[in-house]
Amino acid sequence: MAAVATQPLVDVRADFPVLQRTFDGKPVVFLDSAATAQKPVQVIDAMSAYYRTSNSNVHRGVYALAREATDLFEGARKRVAAFAGADPATTIFTGNASGAINLVAYSWGRTNLGPGDVVVVTHMEHHSNIVPWQLVCAERGARLRYLSTSETGELSLDELDEVLDGGSVKLVAVAHVSNVLGTLNPVEEIAARARTAGAVTLVDGAQAMPQMPVDIDRLGADFYAWTAHKALGPTGIGVLHGRRELLETMPPFIAGGHMISRVDLESSSWNELPWKFEAGTSPIAEAVGLGAAVDYLRAVGMDRVRAHERELTAYALERLAEVDDIRIFGPLDAERRGGVVSFAIDGIHAHDIAEICDREAVCIRAGHHCAQPLMRTLGVAATARASFHVYNSRDDVDALVSALQAARKVFEL
Amino acid sequence: MDALYRDYILEHYKNPRNFGELEPHDLDFHDHNPLCGDELGVHIVVEDGKVADLRFHGQGCAISQAAASITSEELIGMPVAEVERLGADWVIDQLGIDISPTRRKCALLSLKVMRGATTGDASWPD
Ligand SMILES: Cc1ncc(COP(=O)(O)O)c(C=O)c1O
Repeated sequence: MAAVATQPLVDVRADFPVLQRTFDGKPVVFLDSAATAQKPVQVIDAMSAYYRTSNSNVHRGVYALAREATDLFEGARKRVAAFAGADPATTIFTGNASGAINLVAYSWGRTNLGPGDVVVVTHMEHHSNIVPWQLVCAERGARLRYLSTSETGELSLDELDEVLDGGSVKLVAVAHVSNVLGTLNPVEEIAARARTAGAVTLVDGAQAMPQMPVDIDRLGADFYAWTAHKALGPTGIGVLHGRRELLETMPPFIAGGHMISRVDLESSSWNELPWKFEAGTSPIAEAVGLGAAVDYLRAVGMDRVRAHERELTAYALERLAEVDDIRIFGPLDAERRGGVVSFAIDGIHAHDIAEICDREAVCIRAGHHCAQPLMRTLGVAATARASFHVYNSRDDVDALVSALQAARKVFEL
Repeated sequence: MDALYRDYILEHYKNPRNFGELEPHDLDFHDHNPLCGDELGVHIVVEDGKVADLRFHGQGCAISQAAASITSEELIGMPVAEVERLGADWVIDQLGIDISPTRRKCALLSLKVMRGATTGDASWPD
């Protein structure tokens, strides 16, 4: 194989303090970015600087400090929107990806779903893109339908067409990149077909936005949800991009301060977009941190991030296949997947794999990955999962493979 | 020898005792570890107020399977009233290895379903 991803894409020593840690003298090998990514000092410093020099509540104050905080907050929104190819007015800050999806499920779902309507999700969704739809479907008497995943962990557009042909589909909710299988779904095509059938589309981009160029405008989905902490940003803030015409007619989801235009005793009218959907004091430092994270990613270049992830994934698929009795889930072609690889080894449960990896300071995830319906279709209770970001190199994959060989030895396989 | 995956732990994991189903049975319970999705169920036959026979079934890691297998040998013949009084320490003692906080629920899942079957109390043993 060609010399790919021999080095991390960034200066790890300078930028990622956590990755300098050792456990029992062993340097940490962090392969769990799909759960949450590490944060560069640029993000940590931006948040710290905000608290040290500019902290104030936003939007309300007339004094200079409050203006500065507001500029930092709204400036971050502009850069986040530009990063995603979206309009700042339709870029709403939420608590996380789950918060963004719930906003749509409750605000759009409650007003647009009724008895007999169908919401389409897929077997590879994260619980965050299943449970809100279960709740709102139960409340509105609508029905939830699942698209299946193939042996190689891919969706079928023919099956989508069949379901759409049945009529009554009001919304299609689908992951851009699966957090278990890594599958890169054809969301542009899905959104186009849904639109033709009169349905709106929500794309769960929690795993995609952090690792590939995404242009919301070109994608054509009506809603796109993601979360800062997987994109080198802080926890506590997520993003919902929405189509303006839909957002304008949707009622607020959470009510409170700042989302109003006028409050009378019996009723109120709403602030304009995006603030209509941002009740209460916003995650200000978190927005500043997310702004710094997208600046960092832009400086690296999202095309290069994607190329690096693809190379690492291709290398991991090749090296993992050397481990006896391993089953690798998802597409076998790195072109068709993001930087996430799930696997199982016959005779060793995923938890035990992760435990033995931890002895080598190799951090991987084991469990159901908040995707229990998918685990059932894969016929496993749990998988082990390695995922990559800009600070990883092929050395990390090599460390993982050695740890897996050690695990087989411990289990006398 | 490995401090956690001792040979008897692996032996019980690979060849679990008293695994399968029991038909007919008097008591049963099924539960899972919400953290990892591992599942375990139990069928119990009761005679004269004692656990006359039992079978566990489900899937899980080495720790949870070995805990079920090792304790099953102690549980058979035990008065049901005594099962109800067993706590987490009993299972950990039976396992004979140090259990880190992250693996505690793995070790305790089998006692949880045993107590669920005998007392209807499905809370985690402490
Ligand atoms: C595909 C996918 N969707 C949604 C989420 C939920 O993200 P958050 O926990 O930030 O709401 C995750 C992360 O766990 C994910 O991987």
